[in-house]
Formats: sequence, structure tokens, C-alpha cells
Amino acid sequence: MIYKLTIKKAKEWLANKEFSSAELTKACLDRIKETDETLRAFVTITEAHALEDARRADELIANGDDKPLLGIPFVIKDNFSTVGVQTSASSNVLRGYVPPFDATVVAKLKEAGMVMLGKTNMDAFAHGSSTETSDFGTTKNPWNPEFLPGGSSGGTGASVAADQAIAGIGSETAGSIRQPAAWCGIVGLKPTYGRVSRYGVVAMASSTDSPGPMTKIVEDSALVLNVLAGKDPHDATSSPKPTKDYTKGLNKSIKGRKIGISAKYIEGIEKDVLKAFEEARRVFEKLGASVVDIADLGIDILDPQYSIGVYTILQRAEVSSNLARFDGIRYGNDRSAFGDEAKRRIMLGTYTLSAGYYDAFYKKALKVRTIIVNEFHKMFEEVDAFIAPTSPSPAMPLGSSKNHPMFGEMADVLVEPSSIAGLPGINVPAGFSSNKLPIGLQVMGTQFAEDTILNLAHEFEANTEWHLRKPEL
Amino acid sequence: MKNYTPIIGLEVHVELKTASKMFCRCSANYFGREPNTHTCPVCLGFPGALPVANAKAIEWCIMIALSLNCEINLLSKFDRKNYFYPDLPKGYQISQYDLPFGKNGSMELKNGKKIRIRRVHMEEDTAKLTHIGHPKLVSGSNVDKKMLNQVQHDNVSLIDFNRSGVPLVEIVTEPDFESASEVKEYLQKLQQIVRYLDVSNADMEKGDMRLEPNISLRPVSLRGVSPKETDEAISKRSPRSARDDSALPPYKVEVKNINSFRFVEKAIDFEIKRQANDYRYFPEPDIPPIHFTKDQISSLESQVPELPDARFSRFLREFSLTEYDSKILTREKNVANYFEEAVSIGKEHNISPKQIANWIINKKPNVNDVLPASLVKQIVSSTQVTSIDEADLEKVILQVLSENQKAVDDFKNGKENVIMFLVGQVMRQFKTKINANSVKELILKSIGD
Repeated sequence: MIYKLTIKKAKEWLANKEFSSAELTKACLDRIKETDETLRAFVTITEAHALEDARRADELIANGDDKPLLGIPFVIKDNFSTVGVQTSASSNVLRGYVPPFDATVVAKLKEAGMVMLGKTNMDAFAHGSSTETSDFGTTKNPWNPEFLPGGSSGGTGASVAADQAIAGIGSETAGSIRQPAAWCGIVGLKPTYGRVSRYGVVAMASSTDSPGPMTKIVEDSALVLNVLAGKDPHDATSSPKPTKDYTKGLNKSIKGRKIGISAKYIEGIEKDVLKAFEEARRVFEKLGASVVDIADLGIDILDPQYSIGVYTILQRAEVSSNLARFDGIRYGNDRSAFGDEAKRRIMLGTYTLSAGYYDAFYKKALKVRTIIVNEFHKMFEEVDAFIAPTSPSPAMPLGSSKNHPMFGEMADVLVEPSSIAGLPGINVPAGFSSNKLPIGLQVMGTQFAEDTILNLAHEFEANTEWHLRKPEL
Repeated sequence: MKNYTPIIGLEVHVELKTASKMFCRCSANYFGREPNTHTCPVCLGFPGALPVANAKAIEWCIMIALSLNCEINLLSKFDRKNYFYPDLPKGYQISQYDLPFGKNGSMELKNGKKIRIRRVHMEEDTAKLTHIGHPKLVSGSNVDKKMLNQVQHDNVSLIDFNRSGVPLVEIVTEPDFESASEVKEYLQKLQQIVRYLDVSNADMEKGDMRLEPNISLRPVSLRGVSPKETDEAISKRSPRSARDDSALPPYKVEVKNINSFRFVEKAIDFEIKRQANDYRYFPEPDIPPIHFTKDQISSLESQVPELPDARFSRFLREFSLTEYDSKILTREKNVANYFEEAVSIGKEHNISPKQIANWIINKKPNVNDVLPASLVKQIVSSTQVTSIDEADLEKVILQVLSENQKAVDDFKNGKENVIMFLVGQVMRQFKTKINANSVKELILKSIGD
């Protein structure tokens, strides 16, 4: 059962020679064999690579090396370029594409000693919030395989929740880390845009894509962020702002912290989710934080539903351009291999960028985005963080996204405003629905306030037990 | 013909000679290199690869803009120009749309006319396509032989990505040209300027400088109306003609048999072309907007060397040269520098700038091999006249005249150029160089006597 360990525990045990990385890796690979026929979390399992990585890690451990993630088995979302390993972004268009280079995130994880177990399933090109748009089959929710894991990082979410790996990597454009983390009952950290390099991540919406950790506990996310954060000379949008040791200050008292909430973020959400949110609020209050409705502070914000419009226009526009490189000349598959969702997005994006429509759509969307950014800016002058349910509902049944082109946007309505503003957010497990599916809480902060939201999420986790529950598989 | 006048606008692409490409670290020096050896995930447009702008290229673009009297946008950005073509690996070209680095500049022609420069912007070059019919047809062309042998089929197109992502500066004029000679002068001056700045070889044969004229006609009655195209119209033009390396600019505007139907047709064609291309520009999200301070721009301005026009005027003034001499000497920066260096050395030897100018223009010394000091030495020795005893000289002259009686007679009969033959005969008798003019005068005197 060592596959159930967190990074934190696994590191301790590896250091104490309780087991080797090879043993831990083998345990994870066995767990994958045992569960993945049901879950379908993987596009590619790199068993031989993983065992080789583990063997090398064990040598280094024997030599007293203490790289931060040495010998820890990870799963990586299939849109991260991995040298020598297929990177399909779960699309037929890229089926069989083997990159000659590593994404910066992957390179940094390797440098930190990670063992890569494989590449996880996702919505094709990250277009969706269900993994149902994947050309490699739908991933199932480990809590109930009749339900969706969320997406687009649904493969990583399901894999980490099912203890197939110690930790995983996802990427979020608007909800793709936090929403599957919420639906699968794990921690998912979407860093500030620019905090973690996008180099080598198959682009979805370049102006919001943010890679981040998906882990079993908050501290693990901090550990991984320590490895990933920082300026990348290959990514001009990565921030030169100095990074921090994000594991420090996790235990800091949150007494006196001011946490904002808004009625606009709980309108129309499911009853169980609302209940969990109210409980979460009380946990923070019990810890001495003051939870305030921002309306009482005289702060007005746009209804999150407006961000759906903004996000849809900006993201579709960028998608239509980002997918142009798959022109049928060099990747073996022509454009007919695009799924319906990609085609819809290409058409909508092409339309909104067309002469005569640009001003009405794209430009207007940019203006509203600026309004949303400014609103958050104002809000975070008054509060330290902002909490809300991560998703309006727990996981939805398989098939829910079919014939609902706006499914993802509706499922992500509560994360889209902070995503288009480029702000950091973290999902922590915060309860269960009456049908035993996980419910998530998100803590959002101002730009580069990862330390603040990690601290709040950690203190919440330390005073609740939701993260300790495991799905039965 | 009397009813219309051609109006011509130019788009010129100048490839910069930076060490690396515009958005990656690959070498930008692709000419004559083995195809697809200067490539990386970025310039091949691999999924996930991201562009990082070459700061040197941006500086050089701004220096070109400053040299063309442009205003510099302190806030600028890159945009994506979306279109499909096999030489464009990303499916879009990173270019600049509404905030080019330079705008509203001008270049003065020698007739005093100012050609307005609409914009100077930065973009990336595309890959190079080679379309092959039967391989035998292309033997002798610069298609890589090895590659050709790998080609199994008769009809293929080859893509060389070495050029993909090489920095390209586009300079767009207003439609201010009215004749082919104006266009030619503009292009020559532009070429000189970028060479003076030392930012491009501007070798048209190698494709360092490529042009796309936009020609249309307007009735003479509209003269004085100065049409100004919108950015939108310019942005919608086809990029194709600008990239055909071999295409020479049609300097000549066909003005025969023009009638109003032809004019209408042209106008319609232009409009169709304009509307058919929609590049769906939007801000490049992978590159943050670029901010400059005024100080940064003045610092770049201070790096702009004295440009050909200014140098030409100074040469006239400072060295009392003719326009002809000044023009030739300032055509290339290294020749002008060479001249000035030689002048300052020559001053110590009483050699005038005019003498140096003549020597450089007539003898065309290799300015890379001959040091200015050696050049001055050559001039000094050529003008040094060994003084010879006049009596000796007269003796020799009389001897030469007596030995060449026929020549003397011819001269007397009006064949005046025979004199130079006699001068030569006299000078041959001396081992050192003597002044030909004084010999000539003495001969004339002797014959006259």
C-alpha cells in the first residue's frame, strides 16, 4: 500500500531506506495495472522508463543525494512534451507524435529526480472539463466509475486520487486543474499565470495556460511548486519575480486573516456543495480568520457568468491560431482528425477574429477582461484571499458533456474569473455529496500570492479530514 | 497616357544579419547552408515551443526606423498574422499590426521630394520552398544534391527551415512614387542606409532585401490628392509576392494602351485581393508588450552613424569635392571611412583630399587590403619628381628629337598627340620618375625653337 503515500511521507521513507524508489515505482505500476482497466487514466504507461528512472534514483539516494523529488513516481498530463515519449494531448491529430524535447516543467521535474510513470488522459487539446473529448477514451472517476473525473486534467486527477501515483502534473487554462481536483477529491494548485513556464506544453489558450501540481495533500503541492516556479528563458511570459520556499509558512496561524466571499459565487450551486461551503467557512472562522461578504466591504464584482463570455471568446480565438500548426503536413494526420470540440472552437475563434467582428468580440472581451482584473485587484486590497466552491456541482455522470458544447464553461464558471485574471487558486477537498462524490473548495489569491493561499488551504486541510478519505477501487 | 499617372507604394523586406534568429537561438546565417540544419523546436513550430524575441533585432529595427526619420512607439507589441502556407510552420507569422516599432517617417529624394514612410515593423521570415519538377530540370540550381537524391518522386516540394524565423524588417511607404526612377533611387538609398547601419547585407541576389511594389493608376486630375492606405488595407495584402526570392521588382510601369477599362479592372482586382485575405491579426499572447523609455530610444539614436546623405553633404563642404566624387566615396561606408582616414594621413604629406579622391576613384584600390597609410605613400611617390639637371634633360630631349624626326614632322603637320610618344621616349631614358608635364613643355619648346 506504499502507493498511497504522499510525496512528503514517501521522501521520508525513501531517505530512511524503508523501501527503494524501485519498490515504490513497482508498487505504483502494479496499482496502475490493477485499476487502470476501469479508470483509463493513462494514454501512455512508460513502465520501462519508470523502472530505469527509479534504479538511477536509488543509486543517487545511496550516495546521499537529496534532490527534492528524488525517486518519487509522478504522472504527467499528455500535453506536456516529453522527449522520446508520445505527446498526443489526447488527440488523434498528434497520435504518434514523439517530441524531441522536454517541456520545461518536465525537465525541471527530471532534474529534481522524479520518476515518470506515464502520460495521463485529458480532453483532446485540453478542450473540455470531462475528458470525454479525448480521442483515447473517457477517464472514469475513481469514486464512482459511472461518473466523470472532470477535466481537462482528468487523467492526472483520477490517477492521483486512485493512488496510481504519488503525485501528478496538470495544466489549467480555466479550471482544468482545480475542477478535476475537486471532482476527484485531491489538491490542485493553479499558480499565477507566468509563475510556471509553459514552454513545451501543447498550447491551448496561451494567455491563460498555467501548469501546476495535483497532489494528495497541500504540502506536496508546495513542494512541487518549489521545483516548478521561476523564470524560464524559453518562455517570455514567465515572470522574473523571485520565487519563495512555498513549504515555509504553511503552518502559519491564519488568525486575523480576512477572507472574502461573494453571494455571486454561490448562486444556483447544488445543495450539497453549498452545505460543504458553509461548513468550510465555519472552519476558517474557527481558526480565527474573518470571513466577509465583499459586498459588505462595498466591493462589487461582475457575476462570474460574464467571465464565461470573455473566456470563450479569448480562448477560442487563441485556440484557432494555436491549432493552425497542425496543418496536415508534418504530424502525420490531417485536420479531419480533429474532434468535434476542436472544430467548433476553431470555427468560433476564426469567426471572432475575422475582419469586422474583431472589435465586436475579441476587443470587447479584452476590455471586460481588464474590468475583471481590476475588480480582483481592488478586492485583494481589502481581503487576503477569496474562497468559493470550486465547481457548482460534484462530478457529473458519464455522457454529461455530450451534446453540451458549453458543458465545460458551465462546470468551470467559478474558476474562470480568476483564470482570465491570471490569479492563483487552489482546490482542497471539502466534503462529500449525498452520493459519495468529493466536493472541492477553492482559495484564490492575488498575483503571486501562492504562499498565502497555500497557507490557508493547508490550515483548512489540517483541521478537516476530507483529504484522508480514499476511493474504494 | 496623358490621363493617368502611376502611383506606387513599396513594401521592402530587409533581413537582418543578427547572429541568431528572431525568436530562437538558431543561427540566422542560412545562405548556402545544408537545408534544415539551423532548426529547433521553436523555428519548426513544434507544439509547445515558444518564441522569445531577439533584443538585438528589435534594436536594429528601431535604428532603421530612426534612420528613416520615424517616430518610435514607446509601447509596442507583436501580433499574429494567421494564414496557411507550407513554409509557415506555426500557421501564423509573428509580425506587428497596429503598433509597429516605427511610424510616420520619410526619405528625401534628390529632386527634393519626400517619400513618406508609413511604418517600419519587425517580423519573422518563413521557411524556403523549392518546387521540383523532374530532378533533371533543376540540376545546377542550388538545391542540395544529397537531398535531391533522397527525393523519390518527380514532382515534389522541398521545405528548408533554415530561413524560418530569421529576423525581417518590413518598411512600408505611402503610395508616393510616380516613376520608376524614384523607386530605384529610394531602393538604392535604403540599401545604403541599412548597410551603413551594418544591420543587413541587403544583398538582393541573396534575398536579404526583397520588395513588393503596389502599383495603381490615378487620373491626373486627382493629382495633389495624396491617397493614404489604411493599416487594414496594407495588412491584408498577399504576403506571397514578397517572399518569391527570385522575383525582381517590376520597376517599369506599363503605361501603354491604358484606357479607363483597364483602370477599372485594376481597381477591382486590388479590391478583390484586399478582401480575400483576412489574416485575423490579434496580439501575440506568447510575447509580452514591449515598453521603451525615451532614454532607451535616444541611446539607440546615438548609435546611428552618420548616414549617406549627411556624409555626402559633409564631403562636399569639408573636402571641397565634386558631387560626383562625394557620391562615389559615400556609397559604401567602408570606402568613405577609408577615404577620411587617408585624408587625415595625407594632410601630413601635403596630399589634398581631391588627390586622394581621384586616386581611390580611378585606381580603385582594395580598401580591405591596402592600408590608408600605404595608399598615401603611393600617392606621395607618384607625385614626387626627381629633380634632374635641366641641362641633362635638354640634352636627352635633343637626342630623342633627332632620333625621331618623323614624329617631329608629324607633330608639326598637326598630329598633336604624337607629343605624348615623344614624352615617353624621353622619360624612358631616366631611371627615376620625372614630371611628365615639364618634359612635355620642354619638348614643345625645343620643337618650337
